[in-house]
Amino acid sequence: MAAIRNRHLGLIYVAPALLFVSAFVLYPLGQLVWLSLTDTSLLGGGTWVGLENYAEALDDRAFWRALWFTVKYTVVITPILMGLGFALALLTSQNTPLKLFTRATIFLPVVIGLGTSSLLWYWLLDQQVGLFNKILLDLGLVEAMPVWFTKADPALAAVIVSVTWKVVGFGMILFVAAIQSINSEVIEAAIIDGASYWQRVWRIIIPLSMRTLLLATLISAIGSMLAFEQFYIMTGGNPRGQTFTSVYLIYQNSFISFKLGYGAALSIILTAIILVFSALQVFLSNRSASE
Amino acid sequence: MSAISQKSAPMARAQRYLVAAICVLVITLMLGPMVLSFFASIKTPAEASASPPNYLPHSLSGENYGKILDYQAGLSTYAGNSFLVAAIAIVLCLVLAVPAGYGLARFRLPFKELIFVLMLAPLMIPYQALLIPIYLNFSKIGLANSHLGLAIVHAVLQLPFSIYLMRNAFEAIPREIEEAALIDGATSFQVLRRIFLPLVMPGVVTVMLFTFINSWNEFLAALIFMNKESSFTVPIMLVSVRTGRLGAVDWGALQAGVIVSVLPCILIYVLLQKYYVSGFLNGAVK
Repeated sequence: MAAIRNRHLGLIYVAPALLFVSAFVLYPLGQLVWLSLTDTSLLGGGTWVGLENYAEALDDRAFWRALWFTVKYTVVITPILMGLGFALALLTSQNTPLKLFTRATIFLPVVIGLGTSSLLWYWLLDQQVGLFNKILLDLGLVEAMPVWFTKADPALAAVIVSVTWKVVGFGMILFVAAIQSINSEVIEAAIIDGASYWQRVWRIIIPLSMRTLLLATLISAIGSMLAFEQFYIMTGGNPRGQTFTSVYLIYQNSFISFKLGYGAALSIILTAIILVFSALQVFLSNRSASE
Repeated sequence: MSAISQKSAPMARAQRYLVAAICVLVITLMLGPMVLSFFASIKTPAEASASPPNYLPHSLSGENYGKILDYQAGLSTYAGNSFLVAAIAIVLCLVLAVPAGYGLARFRLPFKELIFVLMLAPLMIPYQALLIPIYLNFSKIGLANSHLGLAIVHAVLQLPFSIYLMRNAFEAIPREIEEAALIDGATSFQVLRRIFLPLVMPGVVTVMLFTFINSWNEFLAALIFMNKESSFTVPIMLVSVRTGRLGAVDWGALQAGVIVSVLPCILIYVLLQKYYVSGFLNGAVK
């Protein structure tokens, strides 16, 4: 009897959160599916059009370009973030008096807003007043203050530099934790056997950090697939719409052009892609938590 | 401490210097942008917009900060909006996550697996996609362009992490404490309030910390929902400063705004670094 009463009591505690998630996540998700099958605009509409929005998306060059650009951004930045993050984790695992301070400064930009850091870099990279450009100029690396945002590839490079500065500490801190959790006896044994530093890194540290590496890669890839602020602020989608990401295109269609039905269809497609990554992440997380 | 740096022979001096030099370089690269931004913010507006730019200000001026203080509805309004949204989000998160964590940690629930999956839903479904229906619903019930509406979205974003953290906090408390209280005739609600709550305080603080920082920094929902200038949050105000009145960017004022906007985050990070990093690791890896 007590057990049964207990069960219901537990539900009472969990219920408010469940209702909240139902009202603001699950119900809107259902609505999103429905919206994507209508021609709803911000002014009204809402006639059933079946899969027309999806057909339009598949035919829409802007959609494919944005999706391709988002994938390109993700594929380029993820290895940079993971590689640098891991290198910085190794660096700040060295016994130097500077180790903790270095770690703290690398992590510092993680706590500031992506919008704010994008504005900071928008200034640093400006052709007229940008101090980052001035540094490049004074170091003799460029002959004139470079222009970043009028061509697609330099714009992408500029965004990658700024985002790397902002989030590289994220990977680093995860990898530091992974390295610290490695049993020191394993490493001491390798040292006694005469393994060099790099041999220890390749043969012990990397294999034993594999799960964290995978997890961080997934989290980072999901974040990059959902990129918005950095492009909205730094490139405005330019030049000629070449730096629109998927989320940016959804924003543009839904809240600038008021094509909510079409925006909903694009959102469903993006959600489906993200869901695959998320499911993998939750699966991996649960496995590492249960060990 | 960290065993990987141990060498069979002591690390060569040259090598130690090299590592230290790389550390100094990294510190410079990480702090540089913010230091330069701070310098720009204390230049005179004319010097801040000069091309080519100077690294160091020639004369100190508070004028850029004055401009940001008086920008449109005034910085106090925008910062007030941001604090208000964060405060509501924090209250919502705690009111929902503390009981939910307690329920998940201390009771045998029917459909526990299903409940857990539902709790994780906000984590798996990108909120960027849900903003369209949420916006439509909020418009109908008068929550669009409202701070409560924005705070609800921010609370949704923080909920999975908060519930997870609170569940772990409750699970860490020994069963005996609770049993003793129940034998003494306390109800489960009394146990929660009088005995558990003080014990899970570190978890509560971490939830508050993360909800504040993420709400303070959140951009897209604020951009979409807040369409009345006076209800902007700080990040959206900054974008409107950037856009400028006549197309010309007021660089000095913009950097003053950047400094104002990062200040609370940096302050919290410096003061509560250990809390923040451990909460971060819990949220990401587990």
